[in-house]
Amino acid sequence: MKKLLLASAALALVAGGASAQDIKIGILFGFTGPLESITPAMDKSAEMAIKEVNDSKALLGGATVEGVKADSTCTDAAAATAAAQKLVTSEKVAAIVGGDCSGVTGAVLQSVARPNGIVMVSPSATSPALSTAADDDLFYRTAPSDAHQGDIMADVLMKRGVKKVALTYTNNDYGKGLADSFKAAFEKAGGTVTIEAAHEDGKADYSAEVAALAAAGGDVLVVAGYVDQGGKGIIQGALDAGAFKTFYLPDGMYGDSLLKAIGKPLDGSFGDVPGIDSEGHKKFLDMAKAAGFDGTSSYTGESYDAAALIMLAMQAAKSDKGADFKSKIESVANGPGEKILPGELAKGLKLIAEGKPIDYEGATGVHLLGRDAAGSYRIYTIKDGQHVTDYYQ
Amino acid sequence: MVDFLNAIVALLNYVIVPATSYGAQLALGALGVTLIYGILRFSNFAHGDTMAFGTAITILVTWLFQSWGIGFGPLPTALLALPFGIAVTALLLLGTDRVVYRFYRRQKAAPVILVIVSMGVMFIMNGLVRFVIGVQEQNFADGARFVITATQFRNLTGLDAGLAVRTSTVITVVTAVIVVAALFWFLNKTRSGKSMRAFSDNEDLALLSGINPERVVMITWLLVAALATTAGVLYGLDKSFKPFTYYQLLLPIFASAVVGGLGNPVGAILGGFVVAFSEVTFTYAWKKVLTYLLPTSLAPDSLVQLLSTDYKFAVSFAILVVVLLFKPTGLLKGKSV
Repeated sequence: MKKLLLASAALALVAGGASAQDIKIGILFGFTGPLESITPAMDKSAEMAIKEVNDSKALLGGATVEGVKADSTCTDAAAATAAAQKLVTSEKVAAIVGGDCSGVTGAVLQSVARPNGIVMVSPSATSPALSTAADDDLFYRTAPSDAHQGDIMADVLMKRGVKKVALTYTNNDYGKGLADSFKAAFEKAGGTVTIEAAHEDGKADYSAEVAALAAAGGDVLVVAGYVDQGGKGIIQGALDAGAFKTFYLPDGMYGDSLLKAIGKPLDGSFGDVPGIDSEGHKKFLDMAKAAGFDGTSSYTGESYDAAALIMLAMQAAKSDKGADFKSKIESVANGPGEKILPGELAKGLKLIAEGKPIDYEGATGVHLLGRDAAGSYRIYTIKDGQHVTDYYQ
Repeated sequence: MVDFLNAIVALLNYVIVPATSYGAQLALGALGVTLIYGILRFSNFAHGDTMAFGTAITILVTWLFQSWGIGFGPLPTALLALPFGIAVTALLLLGTDRVVYRFYRRQKAAPVILVIVSMGVMFIMNGLVRFVIGVQEQNFADGARFVITATQFRNLTGLDAGLAVRTSTVITVVTAVIVVAALFWFLNKTRSGKSMRAFSDNEDLALLSGINPERVVMITWLLVAALATTAGVLYGLDKSFKPFTYYQLLLPIFASAVVGGLGNPVGAILGGFVVAFSEVTFTYAWKKVLTYLLPTSLAPDSLVQLLSTDYKFAVSFAILVVVLLFKPTGLLKGKSV
């Protein structure tokens, strides 16, 4: 009996050893909370990259990767930290794709990722503050910082001859960061911001905000909010009261749900969204379609790229330890080397294994400036209930 | 004179009309909370999610009607579907009471335990609603959107300021008045209503005089189902439906019920309007109105805003704190918390 027990214990150890080649990657998105309507597509994108790598059997000599989901809630830093802690301590993930919202991402970076040496690649946290937060080189993002987007917004408005705008932002790291960088850029270019008013997300009523914005006036209302949240509430209220006719919609306000909800009155409004007109992006859209989700939904390409970068960097470092592969992310993303598009992860992994350099282009033309993606934006106007692309910048 | 009219219209458009419709929605929600507090003696945290559940069912029935081609003319189809939503919500609430609350009632559990229990129920309903209809936002308003739009109003009157009145605002206020009138008629004139009030005032005396407590509880849940679903559907028609927002509605609804006086139906209605109007008026930028009223030389440059809109919740909660400090039973006599 004793022998049997010993034997089975030994067997378990052996089995345990074999499964060490199963790498877990945490997917920390706000599956509940203000972004819950765009996270399913982001999650599917990240899982699509993981599946592609698993099918290739080329990562670290045939390791399989498993995505472990955790809920960042987008707004509750304590809940996000607890979820991330669980990923690290009980699931033993090697890296985290996420978080999604800037506030929780910063919290998880400081209290979970840094103490445990876990690499985080966020597809959608865009607050300028994350560019300078202490990160021990563990943090990267495939979305550009909003400091960059603020300049683009000012430029687009100036090009259209808009000199006077009212500005409202969602009261969090993302909204505040974007609003501040836009205001600075717009005023530098000679424009006037009549009022800068915050709004809370998920609240019952926005009449007070709309009333204040209407009293201040302006040719265009800039809404640095979320498409399913206060941003939509403000636009609806402003249109209903006849306060504003034209809106500027930054990345958080890009979504078909807004067009569906508001419809015709939105025609003539314009905005920007991270996007690129590249072969990689087209390929990604096709892959998303085949996988059964909408590849044009916000931050889907970035999510795919975030997961892909992590796995390519592991391959380059020949290790799934954060301390080993954190330094490889930049070189994998920026090249020089053979360009790797979505759907070509197997090829990328093989090239790295052969010792050849790659330049991961991915779905969003990934190029990192330090820890931030350089980013490219699609400027669009809404015509007949459709986002019509004007140009890329 | 024209300027004076402009000022009035601007005030109506941005303050009075929106605050009235928001206040009516809060009042209906607070009525449900206050009924439960008065009769079952606990604060029901699941109320926001009850509203969401009722609305979700109503939306599903609305879609069914729309697919059959049944409409309600200029009025939203959801009003036709509302009775079905109420019926299903009533079943859910009675089921919850049977499975959960009755156990604690028989234990004579302290109110604070019931509050925690209702939180558990809240989380389950939260999940249930998302299973039924998903996390996405749903728009189910159809029919005519406006009674009059801002542009129409300007053309009609020749005034500078516009006034928009939405169909949903009118429906909200009218429905709220009807529901409240019916509720008060029920509570004051019918036998069941009187036994409910007796039960609320003094449970032991009510039991002695032969009132069946289970029947009172059942009627309470039925009324709550009707109030919650109606409030939820009206809110959803006016804005839109999203489970997360309904969950967040809980806070202003509780503030309304407490400010008015917990357990007092008239107080709940008053509280709803106090919270809604304080949120809008304290943060209103008076620039536009003053520019109309004052001679050009005196027109203000600044926004003339008492508080930034960031503080609008602080305002309603400051009122809540002040009321609790000086009148712990609420503006109208309710039970102390």
